[in-house]
Amino acid sequence: MSPIISVSNLSKTYGSGFKALKGINLDINRGEIFALLGPNGAGKTTLISIICGIANPSEGRISIGGRDIIRDYRAARSMIGLVPQELHTDAFESVWATVSFSRGLFGKPKNPAHIEKVLRDLSLWDKKDNKIITLSGGMKRRVMIAKALSHEPQILFLDEPTAGVDVELRKGMWEVVRTLQASGVTIILTTHYIEEAEEMADRIGVINKGEIILIEDKATLMQKLGKKQLTLQLQHKLDAIPPALAAYNLELSDDGHAVTYDYDTKGDRTGITSLLNDLRNAGIRISDLDTKQSSLEDIFVSIVRAP
Amino acid sequence: MNYRAIQAIYLFEMARTWRTLLQSIVSPVVSTSLYFVVFGAAIGSRITEVEGVSYGTFIVPGLVMLSVLTQSISNASFGIYFPKFAGTIYEILSAPISYFEIVIGYVGAAATKSIILGLIILATAGLFVPLHIQHPVWMLTFLVLTAVTFSLFGFIIGIWADGFEKLQMIPMLVVTPLTFLGGSFYSVNMLPSGWRTLTLFNPVVYLISGFRWSFYEIADVSVGLSLGMTAGFLIACMVIVAWIFRTGYRLKN
Repeated sequence: MSPIISVSNLSKTYGSGFKALKGINLDINRGEIFALLGPNGAGKTTLISIICGIANPSEGRISIGGRDIIRDYRAARSMIGLVPQELHTDAFESVWATVSFSRGLFGKPKNPAHIEKVLRDLSLWDKKDNKIITLSGGMKRRVMIAKALSHEPQILFLDEPTAGVDVELRKGMWEVVRTLQASGVTIILTTHYIEEAEEMADRIGVINKGEIILIEDKATLMQKLGKKQLTLQLQHKLDAIPPALAAYNLELSDDGHAVTYDYDTKGDRTGITSLLNDLRNAGIRISDLDTKQSSLEDIFVSIVRAP
Repeated sequence: MNYRAIQAIYLFEMARTWRTLLQSIVSPVVSTSLYFVVFGAAIGSRITEVEGVSYGTFIVPGLVMLSVLTQSISNASFGIYFPKFAGTIYEILSAPISYFEIVIGYVGAAATKSIILGLIILATAGLFVPLHIQHPVWMLTFLVLTAVTFSLFGFIIGIWADGFEKLQMIPMLVVTPLTFLGGSFYSVNMLPSGWRTLTLFNPVVYLISGFRWSFYEIADVSVGLSLGMTAGFLIACMVIVAWIFRTGYRLKN
């Protein structure tokens, strides 16, 4: 199936000479949830802004559902709903008016039933006549999502949707995103919360200093994460791993006082019980043990920090 | 054409007008009434007549123009500046609409508001002095043309401005002085000849002169020239707006 969004060789250089994006190539599949991770200033928002028509690309091409975002901007943009990172709302409009306005702006005929559904799904229905200025931050965020969904987009961009949102509301937001995906909407979200990407995404992309440095299925990434490491502190210094224990691929520390063992938590047998048995049989006594699992966060940090 | 988007922007802007009814309609009416009291009653009692028309009556077209000019600029400049300031412009820029449609929406609403205002001021003036409009169609033509032209001008200012001071600067420092010196309260013919020549470089003279002609058939310059100058300014504003959108000036990075 052809990708719903295709970014090829996209670069962005600001007037100041700052290169925000360098030769980005990215395909987003129809119906997936794609999480774009990256530190502050990595280029996440710039990338989204260009795709949505808010900033001009310096180089490269983008097509949405096969439509070029510049030549065929009407068709391309009408497929997209955008929820920006900052809470930009009209303070004195009512929730109903601002959401209806967005629908009109995208050229769709009035459809109160749809607006009602969107507001109900986002638990905003009882606030529909309130002025936006009277709403809490979390509600404003949901109003912005409602605006983005008002014109029934096929693609939804969520730029840091849960930044500054409490835990409960964040879970609620995830629920909304899942429901949207079930209805066929493709979702691209940027986030700082690794946990969020782990929870939601089908695929994960990491962007740093204007370059995409990793795109991978979450399942594949999680498999890498499934690895755990067991470290055993030994009572007596060991010069070498006894041949009887060769099958475990143990690694001996430089000082000879610790061995480490890698195992897969997802496997049927971790091999820990037999390892401990065999160690005892070999006469090796253990003083302490410790297990460690690398998280998506560790992977992320190690990728981003790499020179 | 995305007519629904134009309608959405237009109605959004008009809703803002009704919400701020006091400052958008009532305050210009109050200040016009004050002009009548000061210029019409106090000064008018000493001048009595200008070119065969009583002074109070003479200043009516100028007063209407004064309000229409300043209000068109402030409506349109604020209308586009505020979304930039509040950040809600993201939605306009990401919507499937052309620049032309954006301009029709914003400028249309700003012009509508100032035309309504101009007519209200005219009605208010009718309470103070007897009014007689010789050419109502031309009067409306000048009114609409001026409202649209200066709303476009205001739109340009709103895009150019990157702070509230700049938003006020052009109307305060350029437009208001030009309007006061443009013959709102006097006939250009009353000036010494040197000043008269200088005044002819003021574009507002042509607007007020043409507008006054549609009331009383008295004009400082010929009507054709008035119409030509107004149309010229309109075209100049359109060219600048087209350039702004082509380059994304102050709108897009």
